Amino acid sequence: MAVRVIIEKCIGCGKCLKNCPFDAITMENKIAVIGDACTSCGSCLDSCPKDAIEQEATNQEAKDLSMYQGVWVFAEQREGKIMPVVVELLGEGKKLAAEIGTELCAVVCGSQNENLAAELFAYGAEKVYLADAPELEKYTTDAYTKVINAAIIQYKPEIILFGATHIGRDLAPCLAVKANTGLTADCTKLEIDPDDHKIMQTRPAFGGNLMATIVCPNNRPQMSTVRPGVMDKAEYQPNRKGEVIRLACSFEAGEIRTKVLEVVKTMAETISLTDAEIIVSGGMGLGKQEGFDLLKQLADKLGGNVGASRACVDAGWIDHCCQVGQTGTTVKPKIYFACGISGAIQHIAGMQDSDLIIAINKNENAPIFEVADFGIVGDLYQVIPAVMEALDKIG
Amino acid sequence: MRIVVCAKQVPDTNEVRIDPIKGTLIRDGVPSILNPDDANALEEALKIKDENPGSEVIVITMGPPQAVEMLRECMAMGADEGILLSDRAFGGADTCATSTTIAAGIKKIKNVDLIIAGRQAIDGDTAQVGPQVAQRLKLPVVTYVQDVKIEDRKAIVKRQMEDGYEVIEVQLPCLLTCVKELNEPRYMTVGGIIDAYQKEISQWNHQDLKLDPRACGLNASPTQVLRSFTPPPKGKGEMITGTNVNEIAEKLVGKFKERHII
Repeated sequence: MAVRVIIEKCIGCGKCLKNCPFDAITMENKIAVIGDACTSCGSCLDSCPKDAIEQEATNQEAKDLSMYQGVWVFAEQREGKIMPVVVELLGEGKKLAAEIGTELCAVVCGSQNENLAAELFAYGAEKVYLADAPELEKYTTDAYTKVINAAIIQYKPEIILFGATHIGRDLAPCLAVKANTGLTADCTKLEIDPDDHKIMQTRPAFGGNLMATIVCPNNRPQMSTVRPGVMDKAEYQPNRKGEVIRLACSFEAGEIRTKVLEVVKTMAETISLTDAEIIVSGGMGLGKQEGFDLLKQLADKLGGNVGASRACVDAGWIDHCCQVGQTGTTVKPKIYFACGISGAIQHIAGMQDSDLIIAINKNENAPIFEVADFGIVGDLYQVIPAVMEALDKIG
Repeated sequence: MRIVVCAKQVPDTNEVRIDPIKGTLIRDGVPSILNPDDANALEEALKIKDENPGSEVIVITMGPPQAVEMLRECMAMGADEGILLSDRAFGGADTCATSTTIAAGIKKIKNVDLIIAGRQAIDGDTAQVGPQVAQRLKLPVVTYVQDVKIEDRKAIVKRQMEDGYEVIEVQLPCLLTCVKELNEPRYMTVGGIIDAYQKEISQWNHQDLKLDPRACGLNASPTQVLRSFTPPPKGKGEMITGTNVNEIAEKLVGKFKERHII
C-alpha cells in the first residue's frame, strides 16, 4: 500500500496536513507532498475534499530492515539524575548488542544535561544522543516524543528499550505510533535471535497468570518497555569514553500542549522499593492500619522498607507507592517478609523473584506459602515481636 | 461537554485459575466484567456531566458482539450512548491496530471535548492503547491521572508518579488515562438499568469507519504472540514449626545466620 497525491486534483488546501497522524505531509508550491514519515495509514484520504489523494495497492514492500542498526536505551532522567532502571537497561542492552554485533547507545533528554553523558559511557553506552533544551527539563509527552521521533527517523535504531516507569509507559506508546512499529509492554525477559535480530520479549499478562512471548518481525525499531528491578545492572567503569551526538530540539509556540505546574513528592523514604534489599510487607491479615507500625519496627531493625498488598492500599491504610505487585512495584530484595498476605497471584507476580521469602500467616492454606522459602503459621502480632527479640539476641 | 469514555470488556483475572495438569488457563465460568480502571474513567465522565448539565457521555468499545452487555452496564451507570466497534476484521489486533480502530470510531463521533480511558486493562496490562489513540487523533495526552478539574477549555490534572504526583495543565480536547485512585465508581441504578435497555447501541464495522480491512486487526499488528505459557511455580519451601513462638523465631533467625544474610 502506498499513498499518492494526484497533482492535477490537489488545490493546496492543507486539510491533509492537519489530519496526518505522522506529520508526513508538507506543502510545496501549493501541492501536498508525502514524505518519508508516511506509513500509508490512509488518514489523509478522507480529509481531502477533492479526492486528490489515492491509496494504491502495491505488493507489500518488504521494508529493508537492515537499514536499522544499534540498540538504544532511553536514559530517563528526573531532576538531572539517571533513573536506576536505565542502568539495568544498559546492562540488558549490552547483552543484546553483543549477540548481534551492534553498538549500544543511550538517548537522553533534559536541560543542561551534558554531564550525564559521562555516566552513560561509564555504564557501557558507546554513543549518547543528547537532547538539551530548557523545554526538556521535565518530561512532557509532546516535547520528548518530537525530539526522539526525529532521532529515530534520522538514525534508525534497530531496538529501543525504555524503563516501564510512569514516564516510559507514556512516551513509548506515542513513539511506536509515530514510527508505525510494535511495542511490547512491561517485559521481564528479553532474548534475541542472532540470525534475524528478532527480539523475543516475554511479559506477564492476565494479572500474572500467563506469560506471553511477543515478537515484532517486520517492523523496526523493535520497542519494549522493561519492568524496573528485573534486569541485571550494567557495570560501572568510569574511564570509558564514547561519542556524543547532539539532537536538534526546537519547539514552536503551542507545540507542547501540556504544562507541568508542580511536582509533589509524597513518598517520605528516599530509597524506593525497587532498590530495597529488605522489605517487610503487610496484607489484610494485619487487621488494622496500625499494624504497619509493627512492620516498620522490624523494617527499621533490618534497615529495610515497608511494603503492602493492594488490598491495604485500597483500604487507605498505606500510600500507593508502597504497593507491591502487578499494578504496584515489582521488587527483588534479598529478604521479603509477607506478613498477613494471603498471596493473590497479582501480589506474587511482584515479589516472587525475591532471594528469600518468609511468609507469616494464620491460615496454613494461604497460597503465599507456595512461594515462600520459609513459612510460619501463626499470629503475626506474636511472631514479629519474637523475631525482633531473637534478632536482638544475636546482636 | 461531549465526553467519550474508552472501555473494554475483560475476563475477571482475579477469577482465572490454572489447570494444574495441562498448565493452561481455565477461562470457562470466568465472568466478563467492565475493566476496573475503565469504570473509574466512566465515573469521572459522569461526575463532569453532573457538574456541567447538558453534557453527554458516550462509551466506546472494540470487541465481540457480547461486549454489548458491558455497554448496557455503562449506560445503567449513567452513560448516554454506547458504541460497539465490532468486525471480524478487527480481530487479533495488538495495541497499535486497536488504537487505529478506536481512533477511527472517535473521529466518527465528532466534536469530542474530552476522552477518558482507564490506565490499563487487566487482561493485557499494556497501558498502551490510551496514549496511542491520542497520538492518532493528534490530541494531547496525560496518563496515570488521579485527579481532574475542568476549567474553561483546559483541564488541571494530577498525574501519578512512582514517588508522588505532578500537577499538569492540558488544553481541551485531550485524552486522559486514569488510575483507580481517581474516584469510586458509582453503582448501577434500577432506573438506569431500565433506561439502558431502551437506549440504542450503535454497532460500527470497518466500512462504517472507512477503514481498509488491511489497516486493522491482525493484518495491521506489528507485534505477534510467539507463544504463551503459565509461569513455572516456585517449589514450596520449608515450614518452620516449634512448641512456642520464641522457638520458631529463633529457628528463623538461625536460618538467616546459616545463609549469612544477617
